[in-house]
Amino acid sequence: MSTVATDDHHDDHQESPYSIKRWLFTTNHKDIGTLYLWFSFIMFLIGGVMALVIRTELFEPGLQFVDPQFFNSMTTMHAIMMIFGVVMPAFTGLANWLIPMMVGATDMALPRMNNWSFWILPFAFAMMLSTLFMDGGGPAGGWTLYPPLVLQTGDALPFVILSMHFMGLSSIMGAINVIATILNMRAPGMTLMKMPLFVWTWLITAYLLIAVMPVLAGGITMLLTDKFFETSFFNAAGGGDPVMFQHIFWFFGHPEVYILILPSFGVVSSIIPTFARKPLFGYASMVYATGSIAFLSFIVWAHHMFTVGMPLAGELFFMFATMLIAVPTGVKVFNWVATMWRGAMTFETPMLFALGFIIMFSIGGFSGLMLALAPVDFQYHDTYFVVAHFHYVLVPGSIFAIIAAVYYWLPKWCGNMYNEGLGKAHFWLSTIFVNLTFFPMHFVGLAGMPRRIPDYALQFSDYNAMATYGAFGFGLSQLLFLYLVIKAIRGGEKATSQVWENAEGLEWTLPSPPPYHSFTTPPVIK
Amino acid sequence: MMSGNNWLKWLSAVSGMFAAMGAANAGQPINMPVGVTDISANVYDMHMIAFWLCVWIAVLVFAVMFYSMFAHRKSKGYTPATFHESTTVEAIWTTIPFIILIALAIPATKTLVEMEDTSDYDLTVKITGYQWLWHYEYIDEGVDFYSVLNTPRSQINGEEAKTENYLLEVDKELVLPVGKKVRFLITANDVNHAWWVPDLAVKKDAIPGFINEAWTKVNTPGTYRGQCAELCGRDHGFMPIVVRVVEQAEFDQFLADNTTLEKDGAEYAAVTQ
Repeated sequence: MSTVATDDHHDDHQESPYSIKRWLFTTNHKDIGTLYLWFSFIMFLIGGVMALVIRTELFEPGLQFVDPQFFNSMTTMHAIMMIFGVVMPAFTGLANWLIPMMVGATDMALPRMNNWSFWILPFAFAMMLSTLFMDGGGPAGGWTLYPPLVLQTGDALPFVILSMHFMGLSSIMGAINVIATILNMRAPGMTLMKMPLFVWTWLITAYLLIAVMPVLAGGITMLLTDKFFETSFFNAAGGGDPVMFQHIFWFFGHPEVYILILPSFGVVSSIIPTFARKPLFGYASMVYATGSIAFLSFIVWAHHMFTVGMPLAGELFFMFATMLIAVPTGVKVFNWVATMWRGAMTFETPMLFALGFIIMFSIGGFSGLMLALAPVDFQYHDTYFVVAHFHYVLVPGSIFAIIAAVYYWLPKWCGNMYNEGLGKAHFWLSTIFVNLTFFPMHFVGLAGMPRRIPDYALQFSDYNAMATYGAFGFGLSQLLFLYLVIKAIRGGEKATSQVWENAEGLEWTLPSPPPYHSFTTPPVIK
Repeated sequence: MMSGNNWLKWLSAVSGMFAAMGAANAGQPINMPVGVTDISANVYDMHMIAFWLCVWIAVLVFAVMFYSMFAHRKSKGYTPATFHESTTVEAIWTTIPFIILIALAIPATKTLVEMEDTSDYDLTVKITGYQWLWHYEYIDEGVDFYSVLNTPRSQINGEEAKTENYLLEVDKELVLPVGKKVRFLITANDVNHAWWVPDLAVKKDAIPGFINEAWTKVNTPGTYRGQCAELCGRDHGFMPIVVRVVEQAEFDQFLADNTTLEKDGAEYAAVTQ
């Protein structure tokens, strides 16, 4: 250790962005946020290519391009990449960049752990991707890893499980950091109920992560011992129960899907008031609604498994509890609309993506309500209707919110404005293609097409072809996003501190780009 | 900033896209089948009720939202209001959805209770899923057989034109009598599968070591096709289900023709190899 004086001096020094050491050893929340966001984008491209392999094979009936086993590993890996490699790291990246600035702190509470929780990820995903080249191929039993099928995986299984443990560790550490930062590092006067909603939604998300990632870890460890150490947790012949894995998995899995959406609610709740030039409607009810959704997420898991043969009482309970989620979710949508009502709106790119989020996330919410009805779910379950549903909440839902957040805060992060015209073009291309991809999936699902099949009957051909066109269009449109972001980082019209006319919050009081250590003196909140 | 005209242009482009989707594909089904049982008709009704409910809520909410987007714009010189809460309004839009949900839950519960009532059946068929075929056993009749996809490989590989029931045809169909309550006992021998025939509104997981129950009572004779609905490995997409529903007399004949109690290890070995 050097002297205190030297340390102080060293801390202020921001190393060149071209130095590898800076990125490897950084403990700075902005650097780590940047790493998370770029990592997420790279995984988005890899997971996207997997989606395009799937869509290419499904372009027309018949087996044309890939072996069915490889097709199955594409659907499996696409899901794992997009969930654990894209949406979760992107949110953690946003949390890293924004939470210290939003609560008036210098940095995250646990900066060294922050470094570690990021740098685990590239190794975890390198290991996950390497399984594609192993004997027996990558995991092909679906991201839900149901036994007994998943136990038929070849050499890949232990690597898949170990890499998922790493992803879980990374998420848990990220969550601990978020909670420690929010609870300890708020500027004087910032009570919990004065925090921006993005901070609130992330606080609740972080608790969900800590609660459920260990459950997943337990479940997949039992898979490992079933496969290699002759236990029978999920093997009926040995006194176990394959359905128990599904219960464990979805006890993790349902809160997980809210982990993938709650921070989006925070993003949208930040953007709408700015461009409506009017304060967020019903701040307190937004916080309570987020809390209610988080609570309900723990008692609805079995709606993912209505066809598994539960007793009637169980089916009824999970149906009613699931339907209840519509109430707090509705409150959120109504509050956003009420925020817009009698505002003075402008429609810059972040606002467009936020509005797209509200409408298309709601479409996913409506199909979610339909899926909650157990007797009808018997028809929807494991069909493309479900695929349409969760892609609507995840792509024009979570992904649109992440893109909105990037456009909204990018001028703050790099000090330059992005190109507004191209940003709008990116929005419209994404919106048209995302609907072209996923809307027809409702039709084929209702008409009877099961999910996770590499080939299908002739009556599903037209809408599958349409979805494939849409998928390629959507994928290519995202290259425009990459171009826009790089262009803004390299230069452009300088952004002011406030960036947007009516942006409110501590991050907008800092210069653009903000200093390396956000608030060296805590700001005072009235 | 986009002008009002631009907005309209985009809006009509997007709605045109959806109209094109509908028009270009008039031939292919886009909705759940009504099916051929009382239950499947109930399920279809529930589906349509929930669908139209969602449509109307969407129309209402988005109408308000779009009106606001057109009327409350900075470019029209609108001065923003400052209100940011109203307990009354918030109470109303928490309560109304709650009431709607109760209205939806009542018929759903009724249908669910009926679906789970497997008592008073006339016939029991045990269904076993294998990778990647189905085995059917008429438990009290001494009839059992395997049912395997019989779409030729050449059609799948594109060496030959695909025929009408591509991937939805089997060598031996499950034959059931019309108007009789048939109980299914569903299990699997290797990994999880799910037995699903949309026209019967029956979908139940087949799980090794467990026996699930479901039932159907088909009103109309005919041939109904379905597929395995739970990912079960490489050929998950290639284990269809075909149910042929016939009059009682024909069904009795079918049983008589197939009562081959000598059905033994030889055929089992032949099929599973």
